[in-house]
Amino acid sequence: MSYTKRDDGRKFDELRKIKAKVGVVKRADGSAMFQMGDTIAIASVYGPRELHPRFLQNPERGVLRCNYDMASFSVTERKKPGPSRRSTEISLVTEKALASVIDLDLFPNTVIDVFIEIIQANAGTRCAGISAAAMALAHAGIPMRDMVAAVSVGKVGDKIVLDLDKEEEDFEEGATDIPVAMTARKREITLLQLDGEVTKDELMEAIKMARKGCEEIHKIQVKTLKEIYKNG
Amino acid sequence: MDNDYIISLVEQGKRIDGRKFDEIREIVLEPNISKNAEGSARCKIGDTEVLVGVKMDIGEPYPDSPDEGSIVVTTELSPIASPEFELGPPGVQAIEIARIVDRGIRESKAIDFKKLVITSGEKCWILFIDIYPINDSGNLIDASALGTLVALKNTRYVKEENNKAVFGEFTNKKLELEKTPITITFVKIGNNILLDPNSKEEEVAEARLSAAVYNGRIYALQKGGDKGFSEKEIESMIDVAVKKEKDLKKIVDKAK
Repeated sequence: MSYTKRDDGRKFDELRKIKAKVGVVKRADGSAMFQMGDTIAIASVYGPRELHPRFLQNPERGVLRCNYDMASFSVTERKKPGPSRRSTEISLVTEKALASVIDLDLFPNTVIDVFIEIIQANAGTRCAGISAAAMALAHAGIPMRDMVAAVSVGKVGDKIVLDLDKEEEDFEEGATDIPVAMTARKREITLLQLDGEVTKDELMEAIKMARKGCEEIHKIQVKTLKEIYKNG
Repeated sequence: MDNDYIISLVEQGKRIDGRKFDEIREIVLEPNISKNAEGSARCKIGDTEVLVGVKMDIGEPYPDSPDEGSIVVTTELSPIASPEFELGPPGVQAIEIARIVDRGIRESKAIDFKKLVITSGEKCWILFIDIYPINDSGNLIDASALGTLVALKNTRYVKEENNKAVFGEFTNKKLELEKTPITITFVKIGNNILLDPNSKEEEVAEARLSAAVYNGRIYALQKGGDKGFSEKEIESMIDVAVKKEKDLKKIVDKAK
């Protein structure tokens, strides 16, 4: 069960190479691309805008609506286009990962729409989607109490590792995948899922590792967002 | 009931139904509630009631796992169970419940999928686990997961002839349940963590965590709700879940 060396040469607590960019979708109110290794997510934000159908409107607070989708060509074997049970669930947990940092009370009767498209998938897609979406929300000028970064941690063989790639996720002797999202200042965990098998101590170690990963991602998110203003 | 009242009660260390924060409502498990199902069960947690049925059919293994059968979990949130539910295709809440139950079973390897194979790469048994809440008084997740375990425990194979299932003709062969993963759900109200929320508590809860535990190990987690948890809160919830697993396992083992 021992996993001694990562195939791509990374340290066990090392993130894959990250690229981030904002303003990648010109028509959107805010947008961002976030790439971790070979996983690429694009997020665009529209709104706050009027919510239709009207009966969905909330006179007290705005609605955050997230939609996660994987492009049919993003995986090795073509994925049938359109929503699935998996994507519906990920859209939900994405919403929950982001909701706490947005002051929705400011926007009664409206919706803030977040659309996430995975254009290339190599594990950690929901986390890349959340990191991209958080940047797109900031880029759209939505007032945010905090920033959100996400990364998957897990156990590959007998090792706790940060930011699993597809090969690690499919590790023959078993891998546990734990997607985590964390707010930057308050360090609140707003996404936590787990598939696999871990002890409590392993889980807590993994969450600690995820926190460090999220801190690094957060720095990149802030730096990338600041750059757009630098260039006028 | 006023939401603020529930919140202020919790601040005083109390719950509207008089329970302690870490107290689960009375659980009643009843196996074999429907004759034509291969396996079935009723699970009550307090007033919450869920029916689970298992049907089997013969299908083809997935190309990437030719030596494994599979399970398909579906939840029907019928308007019978709550004024909040409406007719129509499964919404996001139904899908989430089904997927949490699915992952608890799948990840803990409660069912050995290899034992469901009839012919490698060609024919296998598929287990359809269908969850029907009858009354939603809160915590459908745990009730669905518990009901599923009991339904699987009394699942027997139907007869197989020429790679086809002969429905209605049962064999003596029982499905082997290798493990009993227990799913335990917490909610956070203010700064307090409550076990087994009722529907009023669910309404005011800011965050939710469900953990599937077997033998002290964690096999699935799902965080819900708009707010987050601190690392400390997660650690203490896992501690409680591991403790409660032992109590609940006894109840499941007794249900025959």
